[in-house]
Amino acid sequence: MSSFWSIWITVLTLGTLIGCIFLLRWTLTNFTGVKEGESMGHEFDGIEELNNPLPRWWSIFFMVTIIWGFVYLAFYPGLGNFKGIFGWKSSNQGITSIADSKAQTQAAKDAGLAVQYDREVNSAQERFGPIFEGLAKQEYSELVKNEEALRIGQRLFLQNCAQCHGSDGKGTTGFPNLTDDDWLYGGSPEEIEETLLYGRKAQGMIAWKTMLGGEQGVKEVAAYVRSLSGMDVDTELADAGKEKFAMCAACHGSEGQGSHAMGIALGAPRLNDDIWLYGGSPRAVEASIRDGRAGVMPAWKDFLGEDKIRVVSAYVYSLSADKTDNE
Amino acid sequence: MSQSTTTEIDYNYKVVRQFTVMTVIWGIVGTFVGVLIAAQLIWPALNFETPWLTYSRLRPLHTNAVIFAFGTSALFATSYYVVQRTCKTTLFGGALVPFTFWGWQAVIVAAAITLPLGITSSKEYAELEWPIDILIALVWVSYAICFFGTLVKRKTSHIYVANWFFGGFIITVAVLHIGNSMALPLTLTKSYSIYPGAIDAMMQWWYGHNAVGFLLTAGFLGMMYYFVPKQAERPVYSYRLSIVHFWALVSLYIWAGPHHLHYTALPDWTQSVGMVMSVVLFLPSWGGMINGIMTLSGAWDKLRSDPILRFLIVSLSFYGMSTFEGPMMAIKSVNALSHYTDWTVGHVHSGALGWVAMISIGSMYYLIPAVFNKPKMYSIKLINVHFWMHTTGIVLYIVAMWISGVMQGLMWRAVNTDGTLTYSFVESLQASYPFYTMRFIGGCFVVAGFLLMAYNMFKTIGSKEESMQRDAVTA
Repeated sequence: MSSFWSIWITVLTLGTLIGCIFLLRWTLTNFTGVKEGESMGHEFDGIEELNNPLPRWWSIFFMVTIIWGFVYLAFYPGLGNFKGIFGWKSSNQGITSIADSKAQTQAAKDAGLAVQYDREVNSAQERFGPIFEGLAKQEYSELVKNEEALRIGQRLFLQNCAQCHGSDGKGTTGFPNLTDDDWLYGGSPEEIEETLLYGRKAQGMIAWKTMLGGEQGVKEVAAYVRSLSGMDVDTELADAGKEKFAMCAACHGSEGQGSHAMGIALGAPRLNDDIWLYGGSPRAVEASIRDGRAGVMPAWKDFLGEDKIRVVSAYVYSLSADKTDNE
Repeated sequence: MSQSTTTEIDYNYKVVRQFTVMTVIWGIVGTFVGVLIAAQLIWPALNFETPWLTYSRLRPLHTNAVIFAFGTSALFATSYYVVQRTCKTTLFGGALVPFTFWGWQAVIVAAAITLPLGITSSKEYAELEWPIDILIALVWVSYAICFFGTLVKRKTSHIYVANWFFGGFIITVAVLHIGNSMALPLTLTKSYSIYPGAIDAMMQWWYGHNAVGFLLTAGFLGMMYYFVPKQAERPVYSYRLSIVHFWALVSLYIWAGPHHLHYTALPDWTQSVGMVMSVVLFLPSWGGMINGIMTLSGAWDKLRSDPILRFLIVSLSFYGMSTFEGPMMAIKSVNALSHYTDWTVGHVHSGALGWVAMISIGSMYYLIPAVFNKPKMYSIKLINVHFWMHTTGIVLYIVAMWISGVMQGLMWRAVNTDGTLTYSFVESLQASYPFYTMRFIGGCFVVAGFLLMAYNMFKTIGSKEESMQRDAVTA
């Protein structure tokens, strides 16, 4: 901040505290001209006020807190730009990117500054880093049989993944179920790891309404899509939708087998099974087609780190019902 | 006291009567909505899958109803009564006086309609959208004109301490409300704050904490400085203590907002200053409690026989307790445990149900017969029952939230030997259920107490007994 605001803050802060001292000193003396313990001589609707002295313990305690305030502001940042004797900071402030954060952390370390967040991260890294390093060295075939690793993976999952995918990993509308064998981007440990590290963004499911010639087209394609998994649909609508489905087949495959089955990482779900990411009711399927969908899985690399991600990947893989595909 | 004061001056009691009755009505509504959302936390199905009955919309309705409908109506009633009586003059303002009543009720009704509809600025305790904000500002400025106009034309030499607190609260709330509600309207029901990011957060909690500090503390201290000495029939303990604690309180409170934003994007210096001022505020807060409780010197025996005085004095004990708890929670390392937990909720309710509600209830029991020209309340026994119901309710509520809050804080920070967190969030939620039930039961006691109060009030108003002049309520 500019030195004007720094001085402004300092003067107001210290002024308030010093003002309290003067106020206390003033009211400790009997300035009223009335003997202590007697009435002030005013009367308001029958209420009188006595001129009793301030309680001693109260005045001392008040003074102690004010002095403590000065001491605290001497050691910690508070008075404008003054950094405090400890040079303490909660975190590197004004950061705009992860690279920026790393650079500032290094700079603070070199300058010997006490940046609390960095210190906590470093000490956690020192204590717990080796545990995860050791686990990450294991092959997946070993890791998925390591019960301790799976328990750790489960805890990480519950704290970081359960918000969307559910405590049991069964997902909910818009967030894939991780316990079945239907995978948008592949269910091998390596593929799961890649998903976790770099995140995923579903491509291409734009709003199709105009392209399909309006609401009628949406209804027709929806009927056809639902027929792919053997659901009862209006055959007339479905037949009309079949032709239009050619546009969808580019990503979902000609039989609706999904992009993963075709070996492309587009995240286009398989449509000929009874698993529905956004719901399988006519209304839900129509909404997906009409308005489009854009599922996003965030990248966890910078947040959890590669070692922990390997442990989580092993856990997620262990949830999957049918592992024969990938073994 | 001379009889002439009550017969010669034609005090405006009409507006006091209106606000007094509405205080009790809004007390029932506000606490009932509170109990409903407390129940929703145990049985989520109680939102009946209806958008306007969801927790997220009813919670701001509850806080607005309690703070601005119940609490502020009580402040209007008492400040209008006290300023006239202690200045020995009628209320200034003419048509502005009824405007403050009807305008304020319109604000409350508008809040009760818009909040369930999901119309919100999303600022806590300032959720109302800009057209209602403008109405609030107009009513508040009118209130200030009526109050300060009365002070100006007073027939007494000094301004009584209760009026310092009322005056301080009226000015500051105007500044806070207008400052924090500055927004760019987009439509009639949607606006955006003019402040960006962390500045907006700071403005919000500068407002938020001083809604507590001035509206819910200074205003109610004004109430305390009139009704405690009146009901106890004792002089105020220390004039000098009232000076030092008034000026220290108003100059320190305004700094305390940043303690709501510890460990956030708020700059370190702001957090430090907020924490220091919050801690230094502890003793000035206690100054008010000491002055109130010590006013009882020589009349302690009245606590045994007078449930109204008991409401007033126990409210001061809760005030002392929560103003000790507050500065402690403002210390960063304590805040690291308490923040975002139910401990905060418990703290707020020991202030709201203990201090604010009890001092208001006690004052209303004094005021109802006084302004409706009755010798006393219909039933002193029912006041006593109300006292015990309310107290039981608060104790259940606060104890439940303390246990649940500290437990949540400890569960959230528990770490395994591998550095992973021991508990997931949902496990801490599961562990909180018994305490949510306990809190719900406490809330039921409070609502039932308010219903009893309403019964007692209407019986008093409807009674045929009349008193030409009365000096103090005798239990």
